[in-house]
Amino acid sequence: MAFLQTVDLEQRAGSAVLLNKVSLSVEKGEIFAVIGPTGAGKTTLLRLINLLEHPLAGDIYFDGEKITDPSRNAIHVRRRMAMVFQKPAVFNTTVYENVVYPLKVRGSHGKTARTTVYDLLDTIGLGGYAKRKAKTLSGGEAQRVALARAVVTKPDLLLLDEPTANLDPGTVKMIERLVMDFNRERGLTVIMSTHDMQQAQRVAGRVGVLMNGRLVQVGRPGDIFFSPDSARIAGFVGIRNLLKGHIVRSESGIAVVDVNGRDIEAVSALPAGAAVEIFIRPEEVVLSKSASDSSARNNLRCAIRSLSSNGPLCTVIVDCGFPLEVLVTDRSAVELELSQGQEVYASFKASAVRVLPSMQS
Amino acid sequence: MQEIWQALVQAIDLIVSLDSEVIQISLRSLYISAASIVIAALFCVPIGALIHFHDFRGKRAVINVVQTFYSLPTVVVGLLVFLFISRSGPLGGLELLFTPAAIIIGQVILIMPMLTGMTIGALSGVDKTIRDTALSSGASSAQAMRTILFEAKFAVVGVLILGFGRAISEVGAALMLGGNIRGYTRVLTTAISLETQRGDLVLSLALGIILIGIAMVVSVIMNILLQRY
Repeated sequence: MAFLQTVDLEQRAGSAVLLNKVSLSVEKGEIFAVIGPTGAGKTTLLRLINLLEHPLAGDIYFDGEKITDPSRNAIHVRRRMAMVFQKPAVFNTTVYENVVYPLKVRGSHGKTARTTVYDLLDTIGLGGYAKRKAKTLSGGEAQRVALARAVVTKPDLLLLDEPTANLDPGTVKMIERLVMDFNRERGLTVIMSTHDMQQAQRVAGRVGVLMNGRLVQVGRPGDIFFSPDSARIAGFVGIRNLLKGHIVRSESGIAVVDVNGRDIEAVSALPAGAAVEIFIRPEEVVLSKSASDSSARNNLRCAIRSLSSNGPLCTVIVDCGFPLEVLVTDRSAVELELSQGQEVYASFKASAVRVLPSMQS
Repeated sequence: MQEIWQALVQAIDLIVSLDSEVIQISLRSLYISAASIVIAALFCVPIGALIHFHDFRGKRAVINVVQTFYSLPTVVVGLLVFLFISRSGPLGGLELLFTPAAIIIGQVILIMPMLTGMTIGALSGVDKTIRDTALSSGASSAQAMRTILFEAKFAVVGVLILGFGRAISEVGAALMLGGNIRGYTRVLTTAISLETQRGDLVLSLALGIILIGIAMVVSVIMNILLQRY
């Protein structure tokens, strides 16, 4: 059994379904990210694991023990875990008192506690802040204090609920680094929720996608970002060029998909006639002035509809009978002398097209 | 205008000259109301906390009833307690009528609804994440409750000051239950009432100023203590 396992976890608020049969396994020592849009049930899942709420149905096992048993005392389980909330919550007292709090409620005062707290404050970069009023800290500083307070007892499991939402990029980086350090140095198991795909990619070893209370896909970040299981996940992880079509013929693993009357070749085992949704990552499309320039299976003649430069990259929207977003470097946009209305060829490999059965079918 | 000025001068004179009767009355007022607020707080803050922290059927109704009793008239409290502790009442044997203890009983009952209701209000003002943070930090329910009370300390102390103010400024219960006995149960408010009836408006006003002075000193001391802890 995994270090933390949820089995068919369900939770409702009135008639609204917050979690729907969520079964999740997290191994000891890993960083697991739960991603999903706002309202997907991420916070509820973490609160259930921390026993701040009781599930309507389903069970949670932690280190081999069923912790959802109502006869068990929640405090013993909670004292092996810690949670950081999205909104930095600090007690209205000094930074030191905030961080020492979990030790105090466990009956540990003394010199050891003091040393632990001061060392930890140094680690999180708030060395001189012990006597400061926690309420006077900035959002980022307060969240670092919350993180220090969470790890001060050396818990077995750290739960982070969108710990970097609304923080500046510098603080986000720092908190991510601290979490990864704690994970590496102490073997701390971490479950974090985030709506930031890139953060999950940076920090987590595995990712679970939660949508409308359902855990729809679990895998390594790469699996989810490059081969999402459904168009909805693809849309959520920020994949562009999501197109609807149907397979007109299929031969030895290559399917020809009709999208608005244009044929697109893609790697897919789905049969002819299947309604599909396909997506093509903008960075995998190459623009050129003539069709012969590319060896890719797909060479679509199209017209440039718009160009917008964002730093080193340029987003080009071309019209191939359907709009296609293409990402080129600014330099190649200049070299190709791209301009609005110009006719170009968009080419991409059959393997760059991901085909998913349509949600309607 | 003249009278107010005279009263102010006389009040200062009474304080500075340490007029023994005025000092005695003031101290009695202070200790009776302080005792009332301490006793009431010992019951009401935990009761308020229990109501706040537990969800039960009719919670809203209970809070509404408690709030209704904020406007309990002091004379009604005086009358009710009188019926209980008068010689023929069920607690007549305790011989409490016309003693400072009787005034304290009346004042405690008078301020209990306000203290309970406003403690609930003060605790509701604490962010829900504080409770979650305390529990998830490994606090027991009792420890979490204490943490939240501590978070609400400014509001809770505000409630106590308000309760003290209501106790020290009421006259109905003090008069009906204490009897305004000189040197025994006479407090500032009953003394003011008496002096006004006698026509010594300046002395009445001076006593009123002293009463407000006491309330101010208590409030300032409490706030200084709050800032420190």
